[in-house]
Order: sequence, then structure tokens, then C-alpha cells
Amino acid sequence: MSIFSLENVEQSFDKLNVLNSLSLSLEKGQVLGLLGHNGAGKTTTMKLILGLLKPTSGKVRVFNQDPSEPSFSHHRYQIGFLPENVSFYQQLTGAEVLRFFGKLKKVNRARCDELLAQVGLTDAANRKVKTYSKGMKQRLGLAQAILTEPSLLLLDEPTVGLDPIATKEFYLIVDQLKALGCSIILCSHVLPGIEKHLDQVAILSKGQLAAFGSINELRAQTKLPTKVAFSGCFEIESLAKKLATAVHQDGENFYLMTNDEDKMSIISQLAHQPGIKNIDTYPATLEQLYVHFMALDRLSHKTNSQPERDLLNPPVDPKQIGEGL
Amino acid sequence: MSPILAIAEKEFKDGLRNRWLIAITAIFMLLACGLSWFGSASVGTVGFSSISNTIVSLSSLNVFLLPLIALLLAYHAIVGEDEDGTLLLLLTYPITRADLLLGKLLGQSSILAIATLLGFGSAGLSIILFAESIAVMEIVSAFSVFIFSAILLGVSFIATAFVISSWVSEKSKAAGLALLVWFFFVLIYDLSLLGILVATEGQLHADLFPFLLLLNPTDIFRLINLLTFETNGTGLLGIASEQSFSTGGLLIAMLAWIIVPITMAYYRLSKRPI
Repeated sequence: MSIFSLENVEQSFDKLNVLNSLSLSLEKGQVLGLLGHNGAGKTTTMKLILGLLKPTSGKVRVFNQDPSEPSFSHHRYQIGFLPENVSFYQQLTGAEVLRFFGKLKKVNRARCDELLAQVGLTDAANRKVKTYSKGMKQRLGLAQAILTEPSLLLLDEPTVGLDPIATKEFYLIVDQLKALGCSIILCSHVLPGIEKHLDQVAILSKGQLAAFGSINELRAQTKLPTKVAFSGCFEIESLAKKLATAVHQDGENFYLMTNDEDKMSIISQLAHQPGIKNIDTYPATLEQLYVHFMALDRLSHKTNSQPERDLLNPPVDPKQIGEGL
Repeated sequence: MSPILAIAEKEFKDGLRNRWLIAITAIFMLLACGLSWFGSASVGTVGFSSISNTIVSLSSLNVFLLPLIALLLAYHAIVGEDEDGTLLLLLTYPITRADLLLGKLLGQSSILAIATLLGFGSAGLSIILFAESIAVMEIVSAFSVFIFSAILLGVSFIATAFVISSWVSEKSKAAGLALLVWFFFVLIYDLSLLGILVATEGQLHADLFPFLLLLNPTDIFRLINLLTFETNGTGLLGIASEQSFSTGGLLIAMLAWIIVPITMAYYRLSKRPI
């Protein structure tokens, strides 16, 4: 049974269409990355799942219930949410803020202190929140989101303002919660480094789902090439002829681009090449997938609005030819 | 702990922390003692004159001050949480919008109630202790009615501030509207009634007129305290006191001035885009 599901959800505010026939779902213990440009509808999607908005049409189910119904209230103990911009109560200390939210979720003081330690705020616990840095507020926000060890956790831009070590620690907590069976929805602009934490990726563009699936499924869908980088001592032109593909040089290293079908045979030929020292493979990153889907989406929108444009020969920026490789 | 109590506790602690409680108490204490003992200085005497004079001048003062304080205390209740992003967060917690409003009403009303009790209570106590030849029971009952009705007046303006706060989208707008509301109930309303009365040369329906006073909580408050002494008020209230309003009926009207705004505030909050 899925933790939440959206079926053909549409959401409009005063004739402004924010979401269009959106269908999404998430299984227990999985992490969904919700990606998209500003105004793509990520936060609206989260608000729908949290029951703060009623969809204009379509169906939203969370724990198999309508989250905007008053009877959903008891499920809210099991939901954690970290909003994008929350400044909390400036005049209270971090510990007081967490204890207040703890009371609303019937969580005792000891658990609050434990969480402050877990997010590394013990030393700052008795300082007023107005003296906190953005990263400290973000960590306090995470602490309140996981007060009850929730079964569904929604994180809106959680790592904004966090330094690399804090980001790493943040994902450590995410992985721990996931291991406990918590389902997580993660909205982020910062794509590098998050793909290994995601089971599912949903890319939103202008209120529509541009792509949905696991990273491997998306890779298969896009057929973006894998980069194979290698180094060693050999005659580069004959090697290129043998592999029947273009080999590029990047400083002391070489690389080539290949698709999934040819990848294994190229790697095995390279491995048997005398003088080879090292082989690395780089499948398309989340960032590349994201850029690809956004470009596809933009193209389809453009063709809709400008039918006179030549579809078969779209204008190509010569600089971009090299970039794809 | 129920969520209403948790929210009320936080509001009350906020009132202690930002010195609202102590500031309001001090203002009330100073003004109440000053009016009780020096209120008749203008006619050449210093000292406690009479309980009816004292209560009437305290009511006139309170009608200006208390609504203003209540509105200032409460105007940012909802819109402030919204601007800080905590309203969005709170509504994902296992609390309802009604819990949030009632908790805030309870917490902020407690601040105002304690300040009123201490501030005006101390004036009453000083009269009992230091004034000569007085009827203690009369003073106790007059001050009890005064303090109780003052608290109700304060709560009704807190509830009114909540309507503004859950309606508008910016804190500065809420502050401006709160001042307008204060200006309307404290000054404009009575002046307009008086103006209509003069312009129509008293032709306005005589039975209708006193009931128009019930549409302003500050007038209800003054009527309640006038009734305690069976003295005739001046101006508008003079006309009203000829009518047979009972203290109980006036208290019910005052309660309506709490229930109706809080219901409106709930309605606006449930319609508020989050």
C-alpha cells in the first residue's frame, strides 16, 4: 500500500493553473525527490499532501485518507514537515521552540533534548533563535520535523544554508529514518550529491509531471550516454579505430561517450588494452537528467505556442554540441 | 496537555517575556490610583471623593485605554505567525484552526485579565485601606463589577483583533486596521449617534436608540458600570439609562461581542490561503 497518492490532481488559484493532472505515489520506506524550477508546483504539491490545500479536482490520499478532512488530524502525529522559510519564534530559545512543538505532538522534554543533541544544537539550545544562523534554524527545523519518528517526512529545501559537513550529517539522519521505514519527500534545488539518497525522482515543470521513476528508469528513458574515462600509455588513434568511437583527451586522461548497449564491450576491450591504468564510468547524473527533461519540456511548450517554428531543425547553439559529450 | 492549553501557555509566557504584562499592570495601577485619589482635584479637593465618581471616571478612562491595549496585544496573533512561517508549520501539527484561535485567546486574555485585576484591584484595595468613612462592601462589589466587565471588554477587543489578524495578509495592514477599529468604536460611533440624534432633533425612534448602544462594546461596558449606582449618566448614556437594561442582559450582549468576533475570526482563518 502506498503511503500517499495523488490521482489526476489539478490545482488552480483564481484561474491560475498551478498543477495539471498530476499523479504521484510513494511506497513505504522510500525517498522521493521532488525537483523542478521555481513555481513548478513543488510546494503546492507538498501542501496538498499535508492537507493544507484541497485540490480543485482529482484525489489526494495520505495513509489511505483524505488529508484535508478534520478526521485526518490523528495521523498528523506521524507526519513531519520542514518548511522552506521558517524563522520560528525569534524571542524564544531553540530549546523552548522545540519543547513548544513537542507539547503539540505530545513528546516529552527528554526526547526534545535528545533531538537537539542529534542535530548538534546542544550548545546553542539556550540561545535565542534570533541569534541563529540560517543553518542552525534549518537544523532546528529538522529536529521539530522528526520529533515523533514520523512515518512520512516532507522536507522543503532542507539543505539550503547548510555547510558541506552539516549537509552530510543531514543526509545521515535521512538515511537512518529511511532505514526505520520512514517515507520521505525531498524538495531540492541542490542536485549534486542527493541522487544516492533518492529511490524515486519526480520532475515537475509548469505544474506538470515531466518525469517520474527511479534514476535508472529515467536514465533508460533518456538514453543519455555514459562517460567512460580512462588513462594509460597507448596510441590513441588506433585505439579509437579499434573501439569504433571518438576518443577525447582531457589533460592526461581520455574519455569517450557510449550508450548502454555498447558500454560493456567497450569496457572489456579497454580492460584488455595494453598500457591501460585506470577506467572510470560516469552514467548520466541527476543534474544531466534534470536538464534533459527540462529542455524536452521547454521544446514541447515552445512548439505548442509557436507552431510556425521548424520542428525538425531547431536552432542549435554550436557551443552546446561539445557540451553534450 | 491539550493543544489549546499548550498554545495559551506559550502566549502567556510571551506576555511575561516581552514585559507586556508588567507594563499594562503598571499603567492600570498608576492611572487607577491616580484617578481614585486625585480625580476630583479639578473641583478643588484632593483625596477619595465617592465610589460612584471614581468608577465613572475609571470607566471613561478604560474605554479609551483598554481597547487600545487589547488591539495592540493581539493584532499580530495570526498574521505574525503567517509572516514567520510558523502558521504553515502549526497547521501541519495535530491541532485545528479552532485550537489555535482559542489557545491564543485564552493566553492573551489571561495577560489582560491579570493586569486588569492587579492594576484596578490595587486601586480598590488602596481605597479600602486608606479612605475614611466608607462602606467596604459597596466598594468591593463596585470594583468587582468594574474589573469583571473590563476583562470582558478587553477580551472582546482581543477577539476583534483576531478577526483583523486572520483577514489581512500583512502585519502593517493589521496594525493600521486595528487603529481604525479603535478610533471607530471609541470616538466615531458615539459622535455619529449623537450627530444623528441632534440632526433628527430627537425624532429617531426612542425605543431603537438605546439598542444602538449595544452595537458598541465600549458603550455596553459603560452602561454596566452606570447601572451599579443607579445614577444617570451624561450625554448618550443618560438616554440609555432611562431604559430598563439589566446588568445580566448587558453581560450577555458583552459575551456576544466576544463570541461573534471569534466566530468571524475562525471563519476567516479557515478561508485564509496558507
